[in-house]
Amino acid sequence: MKKIMSKTKILVSLSLLLVWVSLISLMGCSSTTASTTSAVVTTTKAAVTTQAPASTAATSTVPSATTTAVKTTTPPMPTTTTTAAAAVELNISAAASLTEALTELNALYVKNNSNVTLTPNFAGSGTLQKQIEQGSPADIFISAGASQMDTLAGENLIITSSRKNLLNNSLVLIVPSDSTLGLTSFTDLTRDDVKQIAIGDPASVPAGKYAQQAFDALGITDKLTSKYVMGADVKAVLSYVESGNVQAGLVYLTDAKASTKVKIVATAAPEINAKIVYPVAVVAATKVSDAAVAYENFLFSSDAKSIFEKWGFTVVSQ
Amino acid sequence: MPETYLSPLWISLRTVLATTVITFFLGIAAARWMARYRGKCKTLIDGIFILPLVLPPTVVGFGLLIFFGRHGPMGQFLALFDTTVVFSWPATVIAAVVMSFPLMYMTSRGAFEQVEPNIEDAARTLGANEWKVFWSVTFPLAWPGVAAATVLSLARSLGEFGATLMLAGNIPGKTATIPVAIYFAIQAGDYNKALVLVAIVLIISFSAIAAMAYWKGRQFLSKSIVNKPQNFE
Repeated sequence: MKKIMSKTKILVSLSLLLVWVSLISLMGCSSTTASTTSAVVTTTKAAVTTQAPASTAATSTVPSATTTAVKTTTPPMPTTTTTAAAAVELNISAAASLTEALTELNALYVKNNSNVTLTPNFAGSGTLQKQIEQGSPADIFISAGASQMDTLAGENLIITSSRKNLLNNSLVLIVPSDSTLGLTSFTDLTRDDVKQIAIGDPASVPAGKYAQQAFDALGITDKLTSKYVMGADVKAVLSYVESGNVQAGLVYLTDAKASTKVKIVATAAPEINAKIVYPVAVVAATKVSDAAVAYENFLFSSDAKSIFEKWGFTVVSQ
Repeated sequence: MPETYLSPLWISLRTVLATTVITFFLGIAAARWMARYRGKCKTLIDGIFILPLVLPPTVVGFGLLIFFGRHGPMGQFLALFDTTVVFSWPATVIAAVVMSFPLMYMTSRGAFEQVEPNIEDAARTLGANEWKVFWSVTFPLAWPGVAAATVLSLARSLGEFGATLMLAGNIPGKTATIPVAIYFAIQAGDYNKALVLVAIVLIISFSAIAAMAYWKGRQFLSKSIVNKPQNFE
């Protein structure tokens, strides 16, 4: 009897779990990778359907099989030249602040290069640097700071000749869009009614390091350290401000532009912004260096430039 | 330099202490109630109480963040008194209480259910009120189980990371508990700091387990004495 009771208990807990999960998914978390992966699927489908009539003529028993089934039964057709290059998977480790711009760029790239599958990995630059050091799959690394790239270069983990400065960004002070504090400058952060400021952890997040340099330059660091709430990457800082749980935060202009729930109240001094460079390099451990270099070149193309600029970046002129 | 190690240790110890005290009484109250509860919603209430144990800590943290956040129901209520919970030390306690409560509740409920109801009834026939029955009869008999539950929930609150990071954030010197400090130390590539903190956690955890084993050994002795009357019924 007791055993049956505990079984029903487990069932009830599980069903509650399901309800909880479905509620959260209903609240709408749009995944960033969805658009790129679906693009890949549609292109492979298109390639397969062009070959399909020939194969169905040969083996008439597969009228509407799944794509994989069609693929396996299709003999190599010399006339179809849709799959010119072999399928390649590129792992792109990119700073979290590049999420929106790169997602859009990747969709465009996959459209023009159907043999390439792009797997982006967005995180804090320091985290990505650690992952590359530990040997996680990465072919291209785009960092939000030069120091992470310098470290990897010192360890011979990137192909030094492929390293180029890709983008410039600027550091901005943001507040929730319903903020009533009336902050207008970085020095306003020292006011007593500003209780908490979100910044990236300076030890691992470049945006946090730049924020600290900006405070240092203004000589207000000592008054602010007790107010820091440290995010694991710049997107965490943005979400802290968006939710209104902190009163102000320091993020990149591009992050602030991508959000409707925050407003920009100040921009860091030009000498700070001049340091905010995004270098890109091919990772030394890559097995697909040709594809990686091709992708890197694409990042410097005029198509890519217009997309980067749309999201608020400045492309470094080569 | 010791400040960087002592501060997470101090925060963790304060959090664990506060959490254990709160969870202890909350868990016992809930367990005692549910052990004798025979209503229709038993399985439902049971499920809700145990839910934080089966959910990923990030889900619990997200739920707590929505509930206590600036625009959440509790956040707006607290705003009336000009206080916020998110990104403050109490948030570490709230997260740890929610995550450790199911362990305290489940384990001590089991202990209460093992107590022979006839003994409690005997105490009632002798004129003891419910309060006295619980503290003089039920609780001492269930004590080994309750003690194990306390140690389990203490260990759980010491190790709490996901919900804590989401609700309390990483504020060095305020909310950066040992697990949070370890995570950020590794993120920053400061493996030495991480290793020292790991060593501290190992020492605390091991002493807790050792203390429990020692305690259990003693409890078996006293339990066998207390339980003797049962054998003569």
